[in-house]
Amino acid sequence: MASASGHLAAQIRWRWIESAFWLATLLPFVVTPAYLSLASQIAITALFALSLDLILGYAGIVSLGHAAYFGFGAYTAGLLAKHYWGEPLSGLLLAGALTGLVGYATSHIVVRFRHLALIMLTLGLGLLLHEAANSASWLTGGADGLQGVKVAPLLGFRFDLYGRTAYAYSLAVLFLCFLISRRIIHSPFGLALRGIRENLVRMPAIGAPSRAHLRKVYTIAAVMAGMAGALLTHTTSTVSLDTLSFGRSADVLVILILGGAGRLYGGIVGALIYMVARDQFSGINPQYWYFWIGLLLIAVVMFLPNGILGGLGALHKKSR
Amino acid sequence: MQSFIGVLFDGFAYGMLLFLLSVGLSVTLGMMNFVNLAHCSFAMIGGYVAVVLTNSLGWPFLASLPMAFVAAAAVSVVLERTLYRRLYRSSDLDQCLFTIGVVFVSVAVAAYYFGTVQQPIDTPPYLRGSVELMGVSFAVYRLFLVVTALLITAILIVALEYTRFGAQVRAAVDNQRMARGLGIDVDRAFAITFALGGGLAGLGGALAIEIIGLDHAFAFTYLVYVLIVVAVGGLGSIGGSFLAAAVIGISDMAGKYYFPWLGAFLIYLVMVGLLMWRPAGLFGKR
Repeated sequence: MASASGHLAAQIRWRWIESAFWLATLLPFVVTPAYLSLASQIAITALFALSLDLILGYAGIVSLGHAAYFGFGAYTAGLLAKHYWGEPLSGLLLAGALTGLVGYATSHIVVRFRHLALIMLTLGLGLLLHEAANSASWLTGGADGLQGVKVAPLLGFRFDLYGRTAYAYSLAVLFLCFLISRRIIHSPFGLALRGIRENLVRMPAIGAPSRAHLRKVYTIAAVMAGMAGALLTHTTSTVSLDTLSFGRSADVLVILILGGAGRLYGGIVGALIYMVARDQFSGINPQYWYFWIGLLLIAVVMFLPNGILGGLGALHKKSR
Repeated sequence: MQSFIGVLFDGFAYGMLLFLLSVGLSVTLGMMNFVNLAHCSFAMIGGYVAVVLTNSLGWPFLASLPMAFVAAAAVSVVLERTLYRRLYRSSDLDQCLFTIGVVFVSVAVAAYYFGTVQQPIDTPPYLRGSVELMGVSFAVYRLFLVVTALLITAILIVALEYTRFGAQVRAAVDNQRMARGLGIDVDRAFAITFALGGGLAGLGGALAIEIIGLDHAFAFTYLVYVLIVVAVGGLGSIGGSFLAAAVIGISDMAGKYYFPWLGAFLIYLVMVGLLMWRPAGLFGKR
């Protein structure tokens, strides 16, 4: 037991490259002030990918419908700001909490299934929510999106055109959620999750309640995805139906796999590369963008099974 | 009452279309456990082949249908032999991602060559219009669709139940290791089945243009429907796919007719409900 806790303690130590990475996230404020809006989009996408990483990378729940929680959080924050009050921090927490409730409710369904049935169920639940939001246009604005979202200043700072407040806000929330995730996966609970991912049947046999653990992590991931959605609402002042779409679920999956699933930084690195590349290619027809993303996916699955970070890690090991 | 029969018939015809599009995926998934999300890309190939042959080269519509089958089958077998076979032992997730990549590429290629507009197709005059039967009018094209699908189902069932090759395929679906142990060439059986499944999807894609249209995003739009049919019907079960396709087609059509404000909500609800009730599908064994 002592060696197990020693193993966990060794992993949780903060390495210099991590500190360097988080310091580098402050660079956009001084180096590329014109791209702060993009930077805040990247931070939001990274948070969304991080939440998928918790369930997919660590617990092995393959989801094709994770955008359901992102969109639910986005609409909750949007409706709050439109009808009640526009203060962002309380809106963020409330959106996260309500999304967590939805996540907890659906987790009872999701953890009972594996393999194809699981993929199809998450896909189906995602599509169901998308259609519900599309049909309930009196509430959500339907295909036109939710208009008239008024977000109040954050702690006295207004959401300016340059995206300074937006980026600081998104980055701070991403960093906090990252710290929480880091703590979770390096705890005995996180170790149990990885055990469940590797062998669902054996874990209960050695005394770990698989389904209860899976429900817990699924709920946590839903809270984070909902907060990512709320961030998007607060920083853009609109909510579109696209936040719930299958395309968004597929995108975040691509981002996570590209960066490397089951590694804390996988989603963040994937989001950075994906979003910057899409921004650079956006002048060209979006159809061709998908051509390259498709080729990239094929190449990653064939040659880099653990994503970019996995590939880098293997290189690092070889060079030593 | 008349409109009820009409909706039932239209839904059934639509379901038969879904059956053609998805039966190949059901069999290959049951056989090799390979999650091929790019199945509808083969349907798209068939559709575009039919469009080019009839509109640009002036072929008759009926003659373009076998060509759609052949082209899609050829492309699918080439893909299977070169790329897919390397992934048979990979995880569900890897297969999903790889084939989503194939879908992205095929959608982009279709947009590059054909643009993003809906492709029209000239159906011959004898397939247009409708016939009246006991006070209810039936569209001729949909009748043609139903007859074709029933014919293909009959051929498939006979081929799988009463031929030597069919017995090999069924053995491989049920227990691949045992089938190999008995000396059945599973790889060959799989390649042929895969080509057949791709070809049927291509035929379905060509037949679908008149009913649901064809554009560059077809491989994505109908992927969901095909997956629903396969998951609900159960892997490797032709009868299950047939029944599932009919149920999904009719409930989708009835939903759009009687509850238009619900949109596609109903069909997803049917799918989630059926999956929760029977995770392995209506006729699934696992």
